[in-house]
Amino acid sequence: METNISFKLKVWRQANAHAKGRFETYEMRDIPTDTSFLEMMDILNEQLIEKGEEPVTFDHDCREGICGMCSLYVNGHPHGPATGATTCQLYMRRFKDGDTITVEPWRSAAFPVIKDLMVNRNAFDQIQQAGGYVSFQTGGAQDANAIPISKEAADEAMDSATCIGCGACVAACKNGSAMLFLSAKVSQFALLPQGRAEAKRRVKAMLAKMDELGFGNCTNTGACAAECPKNIKLSNIARLNREFLCAKCSD
Amino acid sequence: MWLTNSSVGRKVVMSVTGLFLVLFVTFHALMNAVALISFEAYDAICEFLGANWYAVLGTLILAGGFAIHIIFAFILTFQNRKARGNNRYAVNARPKNVEWASQNMLVLGIIVLGVMVLHLTQFWAKMQLPELMGEHVMNGTFYLRATFSQLWVLPVYLIWFAALWFHISHGFWSAFQTLGTANDKWITRWQCISKWWASIVFILFAVEACYFTWFFAL
Amino acid sequence: MEENKMNAQPIDSKIPEGPIAEKWTNYKAHQKLVNPANKRKLDIIVVGTGLAGASAAATLGEMGFNVLNFCIQDSPRRAHSIAAQGGINAAKNYQNDGDSVYRLFYDTVKGGDYRAREANVYRLAEVSNNIIDQCVAQGVPFAREYGGLLANRSFGGAQVSRTFYAKGQTGQQLLLGAYSSLNRMIHAGKVKSYNRYEMHDVVIIDGRARGIIAKNLVTGKLERFAAHAVVIATGGYGNTYFLSTNAMGCNCSAAMACYRHGAYFANPAYVQIHPTCIPVHGDKQSKLTLMSESLRNDGRIWVPKNIEDAKKLQAGQIKGSDIPEEERDYYLERRYPAFGNLVPRDVASRAAKERCDKGYGVNNTGKAVFLDFSEAINRLGIDVIRQRYGNLFDMYEEITDVNPGELANEINGVKYYNPMMIYPAIHYTMGGIWVDYELQTSIKGLFAIGECNFSDHGANRLGASALMQGLADGYFVLPYTIQNYLSDQITVPHFSTDSKEFDEAEKRVQKNLDDLMSIKGKRSVDSIHKELGNVMWEYVGMARTKESLETALKKLKELRKEFETNLFIPGTQEGMNIELDKAFRLRDFITMGELIAYDALNRHESCGGHFREEHQTEEGEAKRDDENFFYVACWKYNGNDETAPTLIKEPLHYEAIKVQTRNYKS
Repeated sequence: METNISFKLKVWRQANAHAKGRFETYEMRDIPTDTSFLEMMDILNEQLIEKGEEPVTFDHDCREGICGMCSLYVNGHPHGPATGATTCQLYMRRFKDGDTITVEPWRSAAFPVIKDLMVNRNAFDQIQQAGGYVSFQTGGAQDANAIPISKEAADEAMDSATCIGCGACVAACKNGSAMLFLSAKVSQFALLPQGRAEAKRRVKAMLAKMDELGFGNCTNTGACAAECPKNIKLSNIARLNREFLCAKCSD
Repeated sequence: MWLTNSSVGRKVVMSVTGLFLVLFVTFHALMNAVALISFEAYDAICEFLGANWYAVLGTLILAGGFAIHIIFAFILTFQNRKARGNNRYAVNARPKNVEWASQNMLVLGIIVLGVMVLHLTQFWAKMQLPELMGEHVMNGTFYLRATFSQLWVLPVYLIWFAALWFHISHGFWSAFQTLGTANDKWITRWQCISKWWASIVFILFAVEACYFTWFFAL
Repeated sequence: MEENKMNAQPIDSKIPEGPIAEKWTNYKAHQKLVNPANKRKLDIIVVGTGLAGASAAATLGEMGFNVLNFCIQDSPRRAHSIAAQGGINAAKNYQNDGDSVYRLFYDTVKGGDYRAREANVYRLAEVSNNIIDQCVAQGVPFAREYGGLLANRSFGGAQVSRTFYAKGQTGQQLLLGAYSSLNRMIHAGKVKSYNRYEMHDVVIIDGRARGIIAKNLVTGKLERFAAHAVVIATGGYGNTYFLSTNAMGCNCSAAMACYRHGAYFANPAYVQIHPTCIPVHGDKQSKLTLMSESLRNDGRIWVPKNIEDAKKLQAGQIKGSDIPEEERDYYLERRYPAFGNLVPRDVASRAAKERCDKGYGVNNTGKAVFLDFSEAINRLGIDVIRQRYGNLFDMYEEITDVNPGELANEINGVKYYNPMMIYPAIHYTMGGIWVDYELQTSIKGLFAIGECNFSDHGANRLGASALMQGLADGYFVLPYTIQNYLSDQITVPHFSTDSKEFDEAEKRVQKNLDDLMSIKGKRSVDSIHKELGNVMWEYVGMARTKESLETALKKLKELRKEFETNLFIPGTQEGMNIELDKAFRLRDFITMGELIAYDALNRHESCGGHFREEHQTEEGEAKRDDENFFYVACWKYNGNDETAPTLIKEPLHYEAIKVQTRNYKS
């Protein structure tokens, strides 16, 4: 049932990419537990604006867990304590009266802070641009049913393709590695016949781009998969490694 | 060279050298186990692994494996810390299903390495090294006695083996994951095998150390 | 306002000659093309990276044009197309259930309550099959049967299974497909991608669209971009209602910029209200969450038969699962036996409102109906149902704390599971910038595609058709038709942004921003936006009357005044200022709200998403007036936001389909 809770909110404030950041603490009173976490942030912002202060800047858009825009590190977890959910799908009933809730931006060298809790995830786009596609011209496709694909392969590819590119894997990883993100994309194409033709080129190009952009090396801690809001599996990383090794060995 | 230039390549180097070291450690434990049965047999093995060309070659390869594993560990950790950025999280929570060992491999490795240096001074520096320089050396059991007759050695060794257990319990399956030999089913299998392997090695070493201490010190 | 004013100028929708099935083929055979060497010389701006924008930018890039692509999010992949759950229609007839291009065309026109342009819809149905081929080739992991071929499901308003889907994330997968093609072109250097940029104005030189002024949202600086043509793919205006299923950033400012430059805005009153959304829970709510229409395949919609039961539900004394089968009123199945729970969205939404208005609502606000899976779970087992809708059930539980797959009660040996509560919410806007058959607006060189234009859905859109239209426009229509325009532009050199027109446009935009910053009132953007949303939902919502619409117009005037005098934006224009960005959008939402009200007031009939209470049958069904309103209402801007716009009519001509009353009963 709906109740109201009061708590302390410790929020990272940083004026811009070059400014030095700090934590600000705000008292939040009587927040209904069926408010979403981001709606609670909206309430905070309304209060700040009322006082003439600048609101907290954070990324958010669809608020239904699919666009991958929201990116808060809440109480030591990317997207907060709920599993299999993004920040926008986190509801205040997860918290207790009197809690202190700490909200931080994703912290990774490859994701510099733009302002407050907003970070620049352009690196993910660059990795995709390096090879995350099947090369063909629009209109040049054959009939959709021309190549049968086993249901298992299609379902597994779908599971990998579910990645929303939010960056929680990088935020969770103590090495700042983007392997789960990269492996999900590589896996989707590796599992489908449409993607096989340029599989080798793809995996090499995308991995090289990831390394170039300053992400860390994967040490298989599994924190990425544990924190992934879409439950992308660790086996994708093994597949990526396999694809990469095969590609390199056949050079 | 992709083994040094790419993140996966560097991890492959870690995996291969790591697995090699796991094998070495396993053989080491098995060979020590011979002393549980017969010190004469143990001495024979020590002599066999003395200054012969194959033993020297083996030692060099082994040393190389260690060196590469350790150097890459530091390089990777340095790169990973850089990738993490300058600002650290104020609150950190380890998610469920994440092994403690996996996030502390370097620390565990340093402990393993530290005691290993001690161990080398106690045995290798007195056995193979002088033999190579043409000096006379005693048999293996002599050095076992010299070491384990001191009571402080046992607890230090046990800490060492514990660190080794944690290090292998993650490193072993992690190596197979890096080499791409895992899928949804095999990840859990490798993790299980990993724990078993590490435990067997740990038990062997621990039993040996306890036995030697009991035999030589008490 | 002068209603039904004679056309100021005749509207040329450029529909090609010939029988309906040959129009598009004929067009393509005779249109002008641009040769590859010349394509390199031409620049095209595409604003937006949803299904339409991303697919258009990618395809134009593949063809060899230089494309500049803009989005307000941090990545093209975040556009709100990504949230579409259910699926995409195509006339493949893989299920052998009698589907065909004609039937898809017919269903779409009928679903749109005979207010769409016939030729456009036929073309849409025609290219629908190419879209599926295209997406499969891109590696979109559509659901498949065990035999390895593609699976289908059915959707509202159709009697065939023609919907292709990828779990409950079809929009995501299709958008990622388009995004991958876009990435390929960005990598090839043919598309330049500008993320976190917001278009503020379109620049017109000698009557042609030649560029845009965009704000870099990170630096706060205005920047100029020139091109030979401008394509707007910025989605719909659903957020005018504040609470909607749209993303928080969805806005109509780019469309309004075009409108202010004289691009007609067509049929703004046609707003789709989706029947299966999670009901509003409080005044702090920021958006409404959609539960996919696919749930209506197995879910049954009901309210109690007895008003006493409804009252107890509202008071929280009993739960839905306490009411046995015989006491339930499955009102859609009762009223529309042929289509049952799968009637089109507008019909389902109005039926829910009708029940709730009569006092049968089932939650504490009295504004919700039940969507029940008990029958389906009893028939198929919970495993099958969870396999189909598991992620939606989880999503529902996370938001409401109720698990719809949980056994809640057993009465007389019948098992009852927790029903979901749903209520209609603003979801999609059929209206949009007026475009001709070539998707060109009434301004030369300015094109509009996707939800942003008005063209294909008439007065109501069928489920799984938005994805189809966005991709059809972007992959298969615009890349052809834009060449017809560009073919005589090949001698026009790359534009410089140092021109009088760009100077003036930037000055205008800058002044607008300065004005907003200098209001220095008391109220936040959101507080005014919420008020706008309340006015719109209350008076221009699901059921409209002459009085309600006139009230709305009056209230919107007051609201505009409040906005212009009492708005407060903290911070400066330097760097990122989210409040300033929202204020910029809100100004346009207010204008948009008025435009919707003007159009709704003008249209003295009920059709599709537009329901006038004065025009209904005795059974409460929408009553069209084909004699007087068989036209597209195009609204022309009159120089400032305060003045009422002028109505221009584009008469509709139906050749292939006989216009009749929609019937989902038998």
